[in-house]
Amino acid sequence: MADKKTITIAIMDAPYESGRSTTTLRLIDLAAKRGYNINVFAYEGAVLQPFSAQKPHPNTVHGRSVEEENHFIPKDAIASLMQAAEKNGGKIDWVNCGLCVDERGAVDAIPGVRRGSPADFWTMAEASDNTLVIATR
Amino acid sequence: MKTLSIIESAYRATIEEQDDTIVWIHGAMKGAGADLAVLLRGNAVNYLVQRQDAGGLAFGDWRQTQPPAIASDLAALAAKGIDIRYVAEDLAERGIERNELINGAQPVSRTAVGELVGSYQRVWYW
Repeated sequence: MADKKTITIAIMDAPYESGRSTTTLRLIDLAAKRGYNINVFAYEGAVLQPFSAQKPHPNTVHGRSVEEENHFIPKDAIASLMQAAEKNGGKIDWVNCGLCVDERGAVDAIPGVRRGSPADFWTMAEASDNTLVIATR
Repeated sequence: MKTLSIIESAYRATIEEQDDTIVWIHGAMKGAGADLAVLLRGNAVNYLVQRQDAGGLAFGDWRQTQPPAIASDLAALAAKGIDIRYVAEDLAERGIERNELINGAQPVSRTAVGELVGSYQRVWYW
């Protein structure tokens, strides 16, 4: 694809804390549909976004079982986005900040997530058409 | 690519992290060869005040012996060649005098921020 774009997104928010996380995933979804190459640098709490131990739960307030609730699980969304990107000729390179992983004990991430450092963020940004920072507020 | 980072969110988990994580990441990226500048605005201008002390945190017998020293961390960035600027009006609105700041930080008037942003190829807003 001659006009294939590469974007880099830095995110910081932990799952279930901010609408910025959902917005980030929606932006990635759009880029994946367009076949872009997408780099993600997950910094601080965002390293928990692809944490593999996430589990859905039932919701008694809603009166729904775990199956009925179909609870949103970020790691599953990310895995789905990775598949969508590949299907459309792109890819997602998801880098978790290693020190952020260590201090949170968030070592176990879904396949396709790799450990990295701020140097990776800089390298990815330099190789991208554009970079978007979505910081915690 | 020369990159300007605008830091506005201040004291974001600085006690837990023993630094500001955005100031920190700029030191790490500079070490990897990044070409960076920093503009502090809003409450983050307070990061430049030399006489701030986050020491004294203790829980039971545990003591934090390495509290954050963000002004020093910014001075270290400046020493590495990262331009450090701040919005002058944001400083004045908070009653902070320029003689309270670390050396090397340069004021930028609010009306000049747009021009400053336009002089960089890439801008990140933290």
